[in-house]
Amino acid sequence: MRNPLSDKVVAIKPSGIRKFFDIVSEMKDAISLGVGEPDFDTPWHVRDEGIYSLEKGRTFYTSNSGLKELRQEICRYLHRKQGLTYDPLTQVLITVGGSEAIDIGLRAMINPGDEVLIPQPSYVSYEPCAVLAGATPVMINLKAENEFRLTAKELEEAITDKTKILILPFPNNPTGAIMERGDLEAIAEVILKHDLFVMSDEIYSELTYTDKHVSIAELPGMQERTVLINGFSKAYAMTGWRLGYACGPKEIIRQMTKIHQFAIMCAPTTSQYAAVEALKNGDDDIVHMRTAYNQRRRYLMHAFREMGLECFEPYGAFYVFPCIKEFGMTSEEFATRLLEEEKVAVVPGTAFGDCGEGFLRISYAYSLEKLKLAMGRIEKFITRLREEQKQ
Amino acid sequence: MRYFVGKVKNKMRDELLAIIEKNSRIDLKELAIILGVEEIDVVNELAALESEGIICGYHTLINWEKTDVEKVTALIEVRLTLQRGQGFDTIADRIKKYPEVRSVYLISGGYDLMVILEEKTLRQVATFVSDKLSTLDQVLSTATHFVLKKYKDHGTNMSEDPDEREMITP
Repeated sequence: MRNPLSDKVVAIKPSGIRKFFDIVSEMKDAISLGVGEPDFDTPWHVRDEGIYSLEKGRTFYTSNSGLKELRQEICRYLHRKQGLTYDPLTQVLITVGGSEAIDIGLRAMINPGDEVLIPQPSYVSYEPCAVLAGATPVMINLKAENEFRLTAKELEEAITDKTKILILPFPNNPTGAIMERGDLEAIAEVILKHDLFVMSDEIYSELTYTDKHVSIAELPGMQERTVLINGFSKAYAMTGWRLGYACGPKEIIRQMTKIHQFAIMCAPTTSQYAAVEALKNGDDDIVHMRTAYNQRRRYLMHAFREMGLECFEPYGAFYVFPCIKEFGMTSEEFATRLLEEEKVAVVPGTAFGDCGEGFLRISYAYSLEKLKLAMGRIEKFITRLREEQKQ
Repeated sequence: MRYFVGKVKNKMRDELLAIIEKNSRIDLKELAIILGVEEIDVVNELAALESEGIICGYHTLINWEKTDVEKVTALIEVRLTLQRGQGFDTIADRIKKYPEVRSVYLISGGYDLMVILEEKTLRQVATFVSDKLSTLDQVLSTATHFVLKKYKDHGTNMSEDPDEREMITP
């Protein structure tokens, strides 16, 4: 029999998170700080709207691009929050989570041999999606001393004459880093100079704790070369509804819609009706959740300072990314021992790129009570490690 | 108008109240950490809130159904007829003095006062309504409802939902 598999797919490494997941699943009594999704339930009025749409029998396909009402609400939202103007009829596509938008966005823009710049540590899907789209992924290793922000110099150094797209994943999973307006202005200059396009994954845009989020599309000359990706998972605690969107130049959105139309048809109808309600009446829910995350963030930063564990202060998403280099072991060794000895599950930084070595991703999408319990155990663990080192 | 005195301080106050409304036993040091302020600021703000009568008490939410103690909760709708010089406040002031009365609310709509009563037995509730409440001159009529089960109280679910998320997700 012939080999049934695609060489390109076989060559892709499975997600580093998967491997750790299998170990953690064996330990039923472990405290996990390993999730990348909110601990809140979807606000009830949003769920209620989904249920109501089912009761009304709204169980058909929507148009390929998604419900017109939802696209209009998204445009209103982006105008309200970011001051951006998009045309709901030609510049918005509703997708199955932000993940689908990343995939089809790259597929719509890539020609063989094009290079895609991926700052790391970052979300696990950019690299494989770029490879599947036929691009050559080029990593930019972000540095702790820059608080894991992308600098103009780092960007400039990674650009070749084949570079076409920069992926911009801020606020960042797993580091919690953000890009402020000044940071974005510095890189926008380089982007314009080299005529690049930007895929800006802003799924955590509502979760920033100092100033409000700035989108690169707000900067002069950037909107026409940016595909802005966002969704409902993080802002409204709607991960399981699988709903996101892409906004951008209409030529790009048109081609993305073509792929979406053939691969997906349309995003789930129930989720789309619920999302309309979220955008119309969900601003207070966001504030409520953001306030709770911020309290936990402050608590974790304080706990790490007390333990003497090095950690830059993250201003976005719901992760902290402490450094464990002082213990002289790999992230994976550290995480495995922490799990085995103290039953706390965290994700090794290496799951988000090789330059995540020496770091851990700790999620604070958990109640304060749970975080307190986990911090107590981590402190015990590192105290023991430091004693071992002395001997 | 406190709001104009200092928006930042006001925001800290609102956040502080929201936290201790749910957990009045949280320790001061921890409260300062999660609010991102100094412990002394928390102490001062709490003292101010108490002296201004904004914080009126620190109660505990108890699920009495899980104890051996017998409790009966009754919600009593009270219709009033008012006389000159005796408004709702006067009669409410009188009703609230009974120690068995937990809450008294003035209500818009079909009746005037909602009186919430907690007693050990049905008979005690009945006695209160017939001997004390109904005999007040201003009370026209009452309708008593007994609570059969509490599913949610003071914004708290009486049974906790488990965390059903996967242990590790990207």
